[in-house]
Amino acid sequence: MKVSQITVFLENKQGRLADVTEALAEHDVNIRAASIADTIDYGLLRLIVSDPVRARQALMERGFTASETEVLAVEVEDHPGGLAKIIRCLADQGVNIEYLYAFVGKSGENAIVVLRSEDTDSARARLADAGMTLLSGEQVHTL
Amino acid sequence: MPKTKLPYLKHRIWNPRVEKMDREQLGQLQLERMVQTVQRAYDHVPFYRDRMDSIGMKPGDVRKLEDIAALPLTVKDDLRDAYPYRLFAAPMKDIIRIHASSGTTGLSTVVGYTRRDMLNWSECMARVITAAGVTKHDIVQISFGYGLFTGAFGLHQGMERVGASVVPLSSGNTERQVQIMRDFGVTALVGTPSYALHIAEVLEDSGLSADDLELRVGLFGAEASSEMLRRELEAKLQILATDNYGLSEVMGPGVSGECLAKCGMHINEDHFYPEIVNPETEEVLPPGYTGELVLTTITKEGIPLLRYRTHDLTRLITEPCVCGRTQWRMEKVTGRTDDMMIIRGVNVFPSQIEAVLLEIEGVEPQYELVLERVGALDQLEVRVEVTPDIFEGSMAHLVALEKKVRERVQSRCGITPIVSLVEPKSIQRSQGKAKRVIDKRAL
Repeated sequence: MKVSQITVFLENKQGRLADVTEALAEHDVNIRAASIADTIDYGLLRLIVSDPVRARQALMERGFTASETEVLAVEVEDHPGGLAKIIRCLADQGVNIEYLYAFVGKSGENAIVVLRSEDTDSARARLADAGMTLLSGEQVHTL
Repeated sequence: MPKTKLPYLKHRIWNPRVEKMDREQLGQLQLERMVQTVQRAYDHVPFYRDRMDSIGMKPGDVRKLEDIAALPLTVKDDLRDAYPYRLFAAPMKDIIRIHASSGTTGLSTVVGYTRRDMLNWSECMARVITAAGVTKHDIVQISFGYGLFTGAFGLHQGMERVGASVVPLSSGNTERQVQIMRDFGVTALVGTPSYALHIAEVLEDSGLSADDLELRVGLFGAEASSEMLRRELEAKLQILATDNYGLSEVMGPGVSGECLAKCGMHINEDHFYPEIVNPETEEVLPPGYTGELVLTTITKEGIPLLRYRTHDLTRLITEPCVCGRTQWRMEKVTGRTDDMMIIRGVNVFPSQIEAVLLEIEGVEPQYELVLERVGALDQLEVRVEVTPDIFEGSMAHLVALEKKVRERVQSRCGITPIVSLVEPKSIQRSQGKAKRVIDKRAL
């Protein structure tokens, strides 16, 4: 199973983020990781959740525009240079990263980096070749 | 030292024989010309021939001016359907100028002028210009955009006819406008009222005031303005400001203009026959009632229009004017009977913006247009709902969408809008016909 990210379009208005998180809470959806990209007028909220399908439905019912995007989740060693290793591996292979964000898994020993590349398949292949640990959808969503 | 610019102004009339003509005699002249025009349209324009045939009307049935009301109204779509030349009543060898209406989509409305039309146009303009206080001693800055739009050329030709010195500056580069206005000793300004206000603001920002200028009159048109805006312009620029009116379909500016008494725009009735109709029932209203202005051109050769709907709301004033002209006047236009927006003097229809949005995403967009006046300039905001069918989840896509809408509206309508992406359902839904335009401009 692929790792699925929910992207929500939000206007920069008071209370919108609260509405999103409450909608998810009501539907018993747990948020694993979140990141916001913003412009002056609007933002994109990116979420890794326990149940992407349900999350998207809950948000659409509330009138939000939300889409599902495939991303990669990579385990990073939690010490200096951990992330650099991953990025270098992709950079050397000419794979571009659109954005990334990180969170700490339940064990607390390793961090997990969520990254989005235009070419998910080759990014996945490069990382696997380099011996990185890629997490599956099951692993990420049910952490 | 305070300047005494205004006392130079006195009522002058370019063509007293016509402008002060006895009403009965004028009516006779109008009728002769109307009969000729109807005959010309019947003979040379299949559209009018078919239309008259279909209601069993012959050109000879027009025996008095009111008889024209038997004809159905001509609308802008009739011109669009005839794109480009099919309403022309003169062969192309006799057409010496072509203009098109400003800011219309794909099929715009195209008009052609014969040499005689051009002379009549300058004549009408010369009257309006003289009524506004301009003489051959004036140096005139034309701040309308030159091009297919009739505004700049119409005033330009009329100014030359009057003998004024014309500075054809066109619009834009306001700092330069101010510099030239000062350096050239410009005495009369031609443009849209909102652009004139912008010029006044730039003048202030450059640390100058009206005392540094020779400016004494302003001739404003191409968009509706209020008495408040007029007073502001008169105070800031120390000028006497008059309005003039016209539309490219019937000729361009020069249909009517205010005299120094500023109590309505004198209509050049020997060239245009005005009617006021109820916009709903299309029934003709008696003078004095407010309704939609309908114009019949009674001298045009290139493209005669019979009972053309202007969509402008006004009323006719028949009382004599202190200036001595006997021509009826029309009040400042108080509104529109369609959804056309006038933004910085450019005509824009919501349907044009809708077409742009449709083209870009291939889906029917939920959108709203908000018009505001920021400083002196009109600003158009296009608000588009980011619905699931146009959302790909990437920032790059949204930024590209904004850019595309902005650029296409600019190239299609001549106005650069602000594009705002908003959440679904944030645009108010109305029962039945959607209210697409929110005009917050305080006119």
